[in-house]
Amino acid sequence: MSLVAMNVPPPGKLKNQIRRIVLAKVGLDGHDRGIKVVARALRDAGFEVIYPGLWLSPESVVRVVAEEDAGWLGISILSGAHLVLVPRVLELLRQQGLTHVRVVVGGTIPEEDVPALLACGVAKVFGPGSALADIVQYFQSECDHERN
Amino acid sequence: MRQFAGFGTARQTNQRFHFLLAKGQTGLSTAFDLPTLMGMDSDDPRARGEVGRLGVAVDTIDDIHDLYAGIDLHQVSVSMTINAPAIVILAFFLADARERGLDWKRLRGTIQNDILKEFHAQNEFVFPPEPSVRLVIDVIEFCTKYVPQWNTVSISGYHIREAGATAVQELAFTLADGFHYVEKSLERGLDIDEFAPRLSFFFNAHNDLFEEVAKYRAARVLWARAMRERYGAKNANSWKLRFHAQTAGCTLQAQQPEVNLIRVAYQALAAVLGGCQSLHTNSLDETLSLPTERAATLALRTQQVLAYETGVTNTVDPLGGSYYVEALTRQLQREAEEYFHRIEEMGGVLAGIENGFFRREIAESAYAYQREVEARRKIIVGVNAFIEPEQHPIEILRLDPAIETEQIERLRRIKAQRDNEEVRRHLDAIRRAAERGENLMPALIEAAGARVSVGEAMQALADVFGRYERPPTW
Repeated sequence: MSLVAMNVPPPGKLKNQIRRIVLAKVGLDGHDRGIKVVARALRDAGFEVIYPGLWLSPESVVRVVAEEDAGWLGISILSGAHLVLVPRVLELLRQQGLTHVRVVVGGTIPEEDVPALLACGVAKVFGPGSALADIVQYFQSECDHERN
Repeated sequence: MRQFAGFGTARQTNQRFHFLLAKGQTGLSTAFDLPTLMGMDSDDPRARGEVGRLGVAVDTIDDIHDLYAGIDLHQVSVSMTINAPAIVILAFFLADARERGLDWKRLRGTIQNDILKEFHAQNEFVFPPEPSVRLVIDVIEFCTKYVPQWNTVSISGYHIREAGATAVQELAFTLADGFHYVEKSLERGLDIDEFAPRLSFFFNAHNDLFEEVAKYRAARVLWARAMRERYGAKNANSWKLRFHAQTAGCTLQAQQPEVNLIRVAYQALAAVLGGCQSLHTNSLDETLSLPTERAATLALRTQQVLAYETGVTNTVDPLGGSYYVEALTRQLQREAEEYFHRIEEMGGVLAGIENGFFRREIAESAYAYQREVEARRKIIVGVNAFIEPEQHPIEILRLDPAIETEQIERLRRIKAQRDNEEVRRHLDAIRRAAERGENLMPALIEAAGARVSVGEAMQALADVFGRYERPPTW
């Protein structure tokens, strides 16, 4: 079975996909206060949010993104393992042909790690102290932009 | 003064311990890395990128040996923040103490061993709630007999608060968890006045100074009453609620991080005025990484100024009698009692875990808090008010990625050199004791000596207990 072929979105499907966001805790850290707050804020703003819970491996997170046919993946990491885990997720997304999925990272990400994350294909990083309003607005304006 | 520390290998953390003791710290507090907290070995594929990162990596008794090397464990008390594999780590510690010729009766310290709050908030659980609680009671039972100065559980509100709970939720859920451990210990046939004096507590020290003081005061009243009236404790030490406090990590901000020093100082003051027995003050850089030595020193100095310069430690309960603090204390007591009734009505703490009650309550509060901040009804200096346009980046601690390889190599060497036939026998003994409902401590202590790893011991227990999975609630 060609996963690549399977995951190319048919035209028309795209519009739904854009507003579907998988939010995921990758790795072992259980700090889920932030991701749950963000999930609710995005849902209240009209996005379709899928939060599959804790302790996802890079492999399983990519599987969820494919199964849910999401346009976005938001990864929350507060363990400091972001420079190991995030590139791995992006690599797997590419391998599965899910290059249309845009990846956003949140958590305790030091400013100096942001360039490395952007360089490996992350669309946006929300570090400590990010405002909920800014996160919601980011998704909204990006989605409007894609639609136009 | 007990600053939480741990990173990298056991040897590296041991160096930090010696550094802290040299700077005037009076007790040790051990942070374990995520794989250890989840009961996994460093060579587990799921541990990739996390070994030694948030705490020290411990795989076998040899790591525990290195961790406390050169420290006189008859003099210095040791605290270990670990829960799901608490019984395994404590078994390693006791086995090592025996190998070092130490007297178990003279060991002083604390193992967090509070699994219930893991289900509510901290999310480092492995087995389902019921067998998890059984392991907690195994530790209580064993230590009451053989390690009498050890604090067997540190019943923790800290993480509940960090996950977003209000002060009253922290208070109520923590005490409800405490009551559950007491009831299960009584069911085991233990005498309340033998085990209750070694139960300890761990609370958050958040921003609202008077509310925090009232919370600690209310906790003492509620606990003492329950112990005396409901559980019939006669020993005054059973009534006492002794607690460790830590300043609220979730109040630290990435913006203008130096301001965190001031927040921490006020929170520490609240904890001291509220009567904490030991205290951890957070470092100003902890929104971004583990603390640097400089930041860790400043955090310790904050406590030293409080303890030695301000005079606030000279009086017991200095705010007692204040009309405001007394009224707040009564209000928190009342509200906590309402929660106790609700929990009882739904069938107790385990029922509340299964039906998602605790997690829902906490998530609601977290969201409500965030909305207050977003609407600027709650002011956070440097975040939604008094913002500096320019950020001055602070120095942060970087960990060497070679730590992971080094730790895995060490584990492989140990696994190659030990008697693997003996290891298999020990794992069978663990499974047998788990099946028969025997106290697991003896089997685990023997297994430790044979270099059974944390991951192997936990897997043997999981073979009997299963692993707990649950749908996410948000």
